[in-house]
Amino acid sequence: MTASGVTSGTGPSPDADPPQGGVPRDAPSEAGPRAITADQPAWTRLRWAASDAAVVTGRNLRHFVRQPQLLLFSTVQPVMFVLLFAFVFDGAIDVPTDDYLQYLLPGIFVQSVAFRAAQTAVGLAEDLDRGVIDRFRTLPMARSAVLAGRTFADLARNVFIVLLMAGVGLALGFRFETNPWLAVAAILMVSLFGYALSWVFAYVGLRTKGAEAAQSAGFVVMFPLVFASSVFVPVESMPGWLATFASWSPITHAADAARALSIGSGPALPPTLLSLTSIAVVLAVFVPLSVRAYRRAR
Amino acid sequence: MPHAVEVAGLRKAYGSTVALDGVDLTVAAGSVLGLLGPNGAGKTTLVRILTTLLSPDAGQARILGLDVAGDAERLRPRLGLAGQHASVDELLTARENLRMVGRLYHLPRRTAARRADELIERFDLGDAADRPVKGFSGGMRRRLDLAASLVNEPPVLFLDEPTTGLDPRSRLGLWEIIERLVEDGTTLLLTTQYLEEADRLADRIVVIDHGQVIAEGTGDALKERVGGQVVDVRVADLAEVEHARSVLSSLAHETPTSEGALLSLPTDDGVGTLVRAAQKLEAAEIAVTDLAVRRPSLDEVFLTLTARDDQDAAP
Repeated sequence: MTASGVTSGTGPSPDADPPQGGVPRDAPSEAGPRAITADQPAWTRLRWAASDAAVVTGRNLRHFVRQPQLLLFSTVQPVMFVLLFAFVFDGAIDVPTDDYLQYLLPGIFVQSVAFRAAQTAVGLAEDLDRGVIDRFRTLPMARSAVLAGRTFADLARNVFIVLLMAGVGLALGFRFETNPWLAVAAILMVSLFGYALSWVFAYVGLRTKGAEAAQSAGFVVMFPLVFASSVFVPVESMPGWLATFASWSPITHAADAARALSIGSGPALPPTLLSLTSIAVVLAVFVPLSVRAYRRAR
Repeated sequence: MPHAVEVAGLRKAYGSTVALDGVDLTVAAGSVLGLLGPNGAGKTTLVRILTTLLSPDAGQARILGLDVAGDAERLRPRLGLAGQHASVDELLTARENLRMVGRLYHLPRRTAARRADELIERFDLGDAADRPVKGFSGGMRRRLDLAASLVNEPPVLFLDEPTTGLDPRSRLGLWEIIERLVEDGTTLLLTTQYLEEADRLADRIVVIDHGQVIAEGTGDALKERVGGQVVDVRVADLAEVEHARSVLSSLAHETPTSEGALLSLPTDDGVGTLVRAAQKLEAAEIAVTDLAVRRPSLDEVFLTLTARDDQDAAP
């Protein structure tokens, strides 16, 4: 697209050769600001995109540390769920395992990442409200960095929360019954599930106006979905229609896989593959949706 | 002098709301353009388009010869934006904010750190540099905002209402900083609702309302354009303002405006009107504490220009 109504000071100027004021074609110097442009080699662009994502991730991780109250409540809440369910429902719920805690804890892993996923939406909505995203957009950084940095930081937080839950569980008498590798696989699988949910909520955060709306939207959606799954009770104990719904829920898939991997409630491979498939489906739908919403957001 | 910013026929609508309705303007390299207009005039939309945040529906905008839509990637390292809509991070410290911006301009880590230190010193943020921005005063925050927009030493800088909401002392401090920047040769486009600000900082002023340029020129030229002079009459007794207004209304070509006990009469013949006003007021036995001729203030120019525009648009 060349000028129609506008004439530039030095006459005809092809886009590739910005004239005027002695502005050099590319970076002023090695140490000067540099843009990511389409004519750079792919590896340069990739390296800068990775560096940008790392910078934004670091910034978001600092946020967790700088908000001690949020950090406290986001860890107390899942601990509270462990304690409540372990003591209140122990014996009242008929589960395939001898001890309800053994059944419950892998489910709590999934519940805690599911309830925290809305924080992705809250973080993005706040950044939009406060103009931080506008600042980012004026910078010559990779377009992918804001969403990548947000979800990576949330992934790190998920890993932290699941490890914390495992610690609380171990203190209460929970034991991994498979082997250390499968236990690690269980924690990774749940964190990955949380990562997929982060992308769902990235979309929610970019499409809702304001952080509070994003927060309540998250709660209204996640609360019933977590209860209508195998997180707290076996699907078989639910009425028929609900059991059907729950058996299709990615949350059930994740909880079943976490259970199989950590307490050997059944063969580990089928539920793990099923869960990885549902994670892949969620990502395949919501990554493009979120990227598009980010491009269009205000 | 070459133009650093060239805008032609720029249009932007949000649904049925037209924000920009064919804007043309230029900013000479190294000069300051003040973009003046009421809330909702289209100032921010224009700045967002020029800083690559928004794409125009029609028209062209080139900065340093680069098209803001087509060459956005190349343009971004050469632009700076500060103001109400491009903000710093509340939870990071001032130093962390500046380093982060430097890293996102792909400066090497050490260069970004050095640049942050320089800016902290230059903007007098040293004492607060390692505290989270959340606790900053309005003035400190704006200084940091401005510092963040200068990390890349941009040849062209956009300031969107840089002093809105600041106390007078902070505003003055920021003006001094901006004046020093301009001395160093930065091209500046500044939006403001404050005429005093435009008058002090800008070489040229463009008045924009309802998405259209309704006037442009130097502050003096704009005052000239509205024409004439103003006779100010301050009545001694506030209760007599309406009486004085009716007595004086035949002298001015518009109804005299009033603020408290002060009446202002726009006129083409300042001294003649002053004399006649004195006679009429004496005849009506209205006591006066002050009577003076002056040139119109930019505020009055602005009100006249935007009111004229409303009248044109109404029928």
